[in-house]
Amino acid sequence: MYLSTVTSPPAAGTPPRSGRRGLRAVSANVFALGTVSLITDVSSEMVTAVLPLYLVLGLQLSPLAYGAIDGVYTGATALLRLVGGYVADRTRRRKAVAGLGYTLSALAKPLLLAAGSSLTAIGLVIAADRAGKGLRAAPRDAMITLSTPPEQLGRAFGVHRAMDGVGAFLGPLAALGVLAAAAQSFDAVFVVSFCVAALGVTVLVLFVRDRRESVPATGRVSVREAAALLRVAPVRRLVLAACLLGLATIGDGFVYLLLQRREELSTVWFPLLAVGTSLGYLLLAAPLGVLADRIGRLPVLLGGYAALAAAYLLLFGPVSGTPLLVLTLALHGVFYAATDGVLMALAGPVLPDRLRTTGIALIQTGQALAYLVSSILFGLAWQVWGPETASRVAALAVVAAIAVTLLLLRRPPAGSTAPPGPAPRPEPAARTESAR
Amino acid sequence: MSGLSTRGRITIAAAVTVALAAAGIGYVQLARTRAAADTVPAASTELTLDSGPGLLVVSGERLAVVSRTDPSGARQISGVACARAYAAAGTAVCIQPDTAWSYQLVVLDRQLRPTRSFAIPGLPNRARVSPTGRMIAWTTFVGGDSYSTSGFSTRTGILDTHTGTQVTTLEDFAITHDGKPYRNTDVNYWGVTFTTDDNTFYATMATAGVRHLIRGDLAAKTVHTITTNVECPSLSPDGTRIAFKQAVDSDPQRGWRLSVMDLATHAVTHLAETRSVDDQAAWLDDHTIAYTLRAPDGEPSIWTAPADGTGTATPLLPHAESPAALH
Repeated sequence: MYLSTVTSPPAAGTPPRSGRRGLRAVSANVFALGTVSLITDVSSEMVTAVLPLYLVLGLQLSPLAYGAIDGVYTGATALLRLVGGYVADRTRRRKAVAGLGYTLSALAKPLLLAAGSSLTAIGLVIAADRAGKGLRAAPRDAMITLSTPPEQLGRAFGVHRAMDGVGAFLGPLAALGVLAAAAQSFDAVFVVSFCVAALGVTVLVLFVRDRRESVPATGRVSVREAAALLRVAPVRRLVLAACLLGLATIGDGFVYLLLQRREELSTVWFPLLAVGTSLGYLLLAAPLGVLADRIGRLPVLLGGYAALAAAYLLLFGPVSGTPLLVLTLALHGVFYAATDGVLMALAGPVLPDRLRTTGIALIQTGQALAYLVSSILFGLAWQVWGPETASRVAALAVVAAIAVTLLLLRRPPAGSTAPPGPAPRPEPAARTESAR
Repeated sequence: MSGLSTRGRITIAAAVTVALAAAGIGYVQLARTRAAADTVPAASTELTLDSGPGLLVVSGERLAVVSRTDPSGARQISGVACARAYAAAGTAVCIQPDTAWSYQLVVLDRQLRPTRSFAIPGLPNRARVSPTGRMIAWTTFVGGDSYSTSGFSTRTGILDTHTGTQVTTLEDFAITHDGKPYRNTDVNYWGVTFTTDDNTFYATMATAGVRHLIRGDLAAKTVHTITTNVECPSLSPDGTRIAFKQAVDSDPQRGWRLSVMDLATHAVTHLAETRSVDDQAAWLDDHTIAYTLRAPDGEPSIWTAPADGTGTATPLLPHAESPAALH
């Protein structure tokens, strides 16, 4: 509950939480991928929930020294994610690359025990786990887009993220159950978590189909071709918009910290703020995904960011007490539900099939790096202007990012009202804008 | 896998599920049996903080008292569960597990009866009682508390047991750094040690990647930086020196050297212990320092070293941590 639930932005590749509507309407492959994500998230959140306890109380390590290892990895995993995406496209083996990612994370669980109290070894194992997460996200999302008709992408991603969120929600509970059953032994949690992760890999291997036939094998993808992706105007605009929106998003940690300070919330309850957001995400991801298919993905995406701006304004707004907490966390949940999967649904049809994974990795990486930069900037703004002004500036930045995104991604004016074709080409034919 | 029928896949999935479930349940069972074999029988003797020249420690995660003169003799183990403990002048503090995830701070009297308890956020790190037995200080690790969106920060609080006044975090105190007012959201405090006036204290303050020794004034809610690379200070009984852990080459990742600093001259003496010590040391008297060392699996043991840097590090007590002298 401490380390990653509170911290990592879902956009950075470990999408959390959400829904239930329309399960029947997604393809078997999306359902299988959702099941893999659900099982894997139970496994990884089990470890996330007990890792601080294990490091601080089991091994008696100083977490301040441990925290220092952390930031370095974002850059490294960003690169790995891009390479993974490219390799998946070049070999047309998205499932294999995703499987490698899931396997790496599964193996990290027993390795964490083997690492003992060596900070270096623990750092390496955690890096391997992150690398696994980074590797699998883009090929998984690419497989979702390739197994879903373009007009149902919102629903497919919504259902997937909801299943993912259920897993993240159940993980800490499972850890608590194992701790109780195993007389508080941390190693039992890691071993059970590994078993659960291994089940996830099994489901992937047995039930997920790569649909390699849906992408014609017309020569291998080259680095040049991948790099040329950014020269395709709609792709470039989408990556730009994703980065801009990422830049306007301050870390969850800040939001919770400000809430906690304003309400003088006992820090004992601090982790529950993240749980509140998760719950909102989990319940809303599928319905908002369906809505995105009906009324358009861009309005839902931007609506999500509007909710985020509202949440930032509420931090020093007129409401206080329980209504403030409920409202802010609900808006925060709406933000994640309306943006994380929907952005991928928006991206899918714009990216050519043969470069789908690379393109998705590009967007996710851009957003993750932008998010890192925005956290640093907001930290500085807080220091210089104080939290009140800084949070209002952040809200303003979100509004500005919404406006620019609208300009970048709104439908071209002349007659192209039809939804994008099922398999857009890499050529400028893919100019049909994504908002639909 | 494309050669398999749906039925075949489901059969394999079911078999793998059963095998993995068996492995998981088997291991949980094993862990439970192992833990049952390890449990120290809770001999709930009538322990007090008056037990002669003794040492209060945490042994097997319970509060215990051993004799100073014969530390290897029988350990009196109480029924009080503690992750960290300390005692002075008839007052003890114990950071106690409340649920699997949360801890509470308990103040105990001479008879080890709880007089006050309250929930504290995060995971226990340090606990101290002032030499007079009046003030209590604690440090915990909390997650997601600072703007560095990952990793930990610390939270340090102080309780006045006479008035009941509680400072839940030192982070709101006004800082004077190099003679000038200083403000930064990344400020973290840990490891408080009190002087005998129950108002002046020393602690570590970290900001912008540097760890400072600070002197604080509780009533005025102010702190002043004194010097750098001093962590977890522990004031000597005569109030002239500070035992602390000094990060090797100012890099905590390279471990800490147990050292003593003269407060008048700022002269630092490395003690005979050369292994890395991550603890807030305790003075057994004006010449001897006790500290906890950890085996790689986290198993603690208490050692002592002369405060003047001479002699050698000597094992005092295996399977024990959090030493505090009972006079």
